[in-house]
Amino acid sequence: MNIHEYQAKDLLRSFGVPVPPGVAVGSPAEAREAARQLDSGVVVVKAQIHAGGRGAGRYVGEPACGGVRLVKTPEDAQHAAFEMLDRVLVTKQTGPEGRLVRKLYIEAGSAIEHEYYLSILLDREARRIVIVASSEGGMSIEDVAAEKPESIHKSWIDPTIGLSDHQSRDLAVKLGFTGKQIAAFAAIVRSAYTAFTTLDASLLEVNPLALTKDGALVVLDAKMSFDENGLFRHANVRALRDPDEEDPREQEAARFGLSYVGLDGTIGCMVNGAGLAMATMDIINSEGESPANFLDVGGGASREKVAAAFRILLADPNVEGVLVNIFGGIMRCDIIAEAVVSASREVGLHVPLVVRLAGTNVEEGMALIENSGLDVTVASDLADAARKIVAAVRARRAA
Amino acid sequence: MAILVDEGTRVLVQGITGSQGSFHAGQCLAYGTKISGGVTPGRGGQTHLGLPVWDTVEQAVAASPVDATMIYVPPAGAADAILEAIAAEIKLIICITEGIPVQDMLRVRVALDRSESILIGPNCPGVITPDACKIGIMPGPIHRRGSVGIVSRSGTLTYEAVAQTTALGMGQSTSVGIGGDPIKGLDFIDVLERFLADPETESIIMIGEIGGSSEVDAAYFLRDHKIRKPVVALVAGATAPPGRRMGHAGAVISGGNDTAAAKMDILRSAGVRIAPSPAALGTTLEALLKGA
Repeated sequence: MNIHEYQAKDLLRSFGVPVPPGVAVGSPAEAREAARQLDSGVVVVKAQIHAGGRGAGRYVGEPACGGVRLVKTPEDAQHAAFEMLDRVLVTKQTGPEGRLVRKLYIEAGSAIEHEYYLSILLDREARRIVIVASSEGGMSIEDVAAEKPESIHKSWIDPTIGLSDHQSRDLAVKLGFTGKQIAAFAAIVRSAYTAFTTLDASLLEVNPLALTKDGALVVLDAKMSFDENGLFRHANVRALRDPDEEDPREQEAARFGLSYVGLDGTIGCMVNGAGLAMATMDIINSEGESPANFLDVGGGASREKVAAAFRILLADPNVEGVLVNIFGGIMRCDIIAEAVVSASREVGLHVPLVVRLAGTNVEEGMALIENSGLDVTVASDLADAARKIVAAVRARRAA
Repeated sequence: MAILVDEGTRVLVQGITGSQGSFHAGQCLAYGTKISGGVTPGRGGQTHLGLPVWDTVEQAVAASPVDATMIYVPPAGAADAILEAIAAEIKLIICITEGIPVQDMLRVRVALDRSESILIGPNCPGVITPDACKIGIMPGPIHRRGSVGIVSRSGTLTYEAVAQTTALGMGQSTSVGIGGDPIKGLDFIDVLERFLADPETESIIMIGEIGGSSEVDAAYFLRDHKIRKPVVALVAGATAPPGRRMGHAGAVISGGNDTAAAKMDILRSAGVRIAPSPAALGTTLEALLKGA
C-alpha cells in the first residue's frame, strides 16, 4: 500500500525525523492561508499523487506548469494552487493518462547546499532489511546506480540485533559527512529505521535528504509503502489509504478481500491461486488476446466472495468475455459453480463465459453449470479453456 | 524413498481446532497421514478429531514423538507458532498460513538458520508423498505414486503439474509447494538437491514465477551439479506488469533478472526444458523423457 508524500512526512515527523513545516491543502484559498502561516520567504507547492517524477512532470493542457512550484507570496501560492488543483498531471511514472491532482502540499522552502539519498527496504536475497545511502540525491537511484555506482553505500540489518548506531555512522562517513553532521545523519537513520520497523513498511525513500546552507539535514521528499500483510496491526496506516489513487475495480475487490490487479485487455479472468492466475493470463496472451485483470479468489472463498468477483468482472466495460479457471484444493468446485450461476442470473450474462473446473467436487460443480440453462461453454483443461474463450470473443467481435 | 515425508512420518497440527486446521487435519487423516495430536493454546486436555489437544508444542512433543508439524495458525500468530516449533526442535515444519508480515518472517529466518529445523512455506500448499503421507491442503485424489519430483512456488499450479503427470501415468515421488512469500523456508535449490539425491525421483518439474532470484539460483545449481536428471520448468507471470504485486507477496517484478522471460532464458541455458504453457507441463516432460 502506498501513501502520499505529506502523509509520509507526517509519519516521519512523529518519529522525530527532521521535516520542514508544511500543510496539505485542497483549495487555492487554503493554499494561501497555509503559505501565510508558514511565513518562510520561499514556499514550495507540491502536487500530491502516488507517482514520482512530479517536478519534471507536466499538466495536461499546461505545458509550462510542473507538479512542483516555488513561490514567494501567499497570493502566488494561491495562484499556483489554482493552476495545479483538479487538473491532470503526467509524469514518467503515471503513464500518458496522468493522475488527477486533488491535494497539494504547501511546504516551507529550504536553502539547499547539497542533496543526498537515503532509503530502507527489504533485500529478499540477503533476507535482511537494507539501508541504502548515497552522496548523490535528487535524481532517481537507478540513474545514480548507472552513472556513479561508487557513490551508493549499503548496510544490512540483523533482525534480531536491530540497527546499530555504528552502522549509521559508517554510512555517514562514507557519504562525506564530518563533525556534528555524522551524529545528525545517524539520528535520522535511527528514527527512519524505527518508523520502518514499527509500521511494517516495505519501502521508505528519502530523496533528497538535503543539507541546508545553515548546516541542517532535512527530508525534502519522502515516499513510503507498506507490507499489506502487516496492515492488520496498524489502524493508523490503514486510515491513510487514498481510494482516489486506486483503480475502482481494485477498490471493490479489496472490499471483498479479493486479490485483483486491473490490466488493459479484454478477457476477464477468475482463478484460484496466484500462480494459476498468472499462468492463465500468460496462456490467454499466447493465444493472441490479453487479460483484463489478474484475479485470485483465494483458497477458502465463500459464495458471496466468488459472486462479488464475478460481478466485478461483468461490470468492467472492457471485458468482452470471461474465463473461470478453478483447480479446487481447499476451494470446492460446487461452490464456485453455484456462485457463478447465481451471479450470472443476477447481473445478466452479456458476454461469452468459459468455465474450466478441476479438483475437489468437480462432478457436482459441472452438473450445476450444465443444468443451469445458462449459455456457458465448459472446458476440459487450461489449454482448451484459453482456446475456447479466445474463439468466443473473436466470434462475438466479428458478429 | 521419496523425500522429506514417508509412511512413518508422525505429524502434529498447530491450530488444529480452527476451521482451516480442523478441516485439513481431517482430510490428511483420511488420506492416511499419521497425526499424533494438535496444539491450540487454552484448549489443552480436550480431544479433537479423536486426537489429543495440547496447550504447547513442548507438551505435545513430550507426550509422543513428532517428526513434522503443520501450522494453520492465523497470520498474527503464525510466526510465533513457527518459532515455537523450532524451540521444540521439530525437524520438519510446514506452515500453510498466508499473510504473515514479512518482518516477522525475517526474525523466523534467523532462528531457523541457527537451528536444525527445516521449514516449508509459509503461504504454501504443503508437501505430499502419494499413498504415504499428505501434509497440507492439496487435493489427495489427483496424486499417484510415481517418478516425478514436483517443486513449486504456486499452490494451484502444483496441482496442474500433479494432475498432468498422473493423467500421463508418470505419477509423483514427492510434491513440494515452497510457497509464494519473499522470505521463506526451503527454496528451489534445497528441494532440487533432495530430488537429485533420491533414487525414486527420475525427473523433475519446477514451477517458478516472477520476482526474486530463486529460479536463477536454481538454474545455476542444476547446471553445476554432478547428478543430472531431466528437468522441465515453467515461470508464471510473463504478462504481469512490472511493479505490481500479483497476489503472492513475493510476485512482483522489481527490475533486473526477475522477469519471467529472463528467468526462462537462464533456465534454458542451464539445460532445463521450458514448458510452452502451463497446460503442457506433463507432455513437455513426456517428450523430454522420450528424447524428443
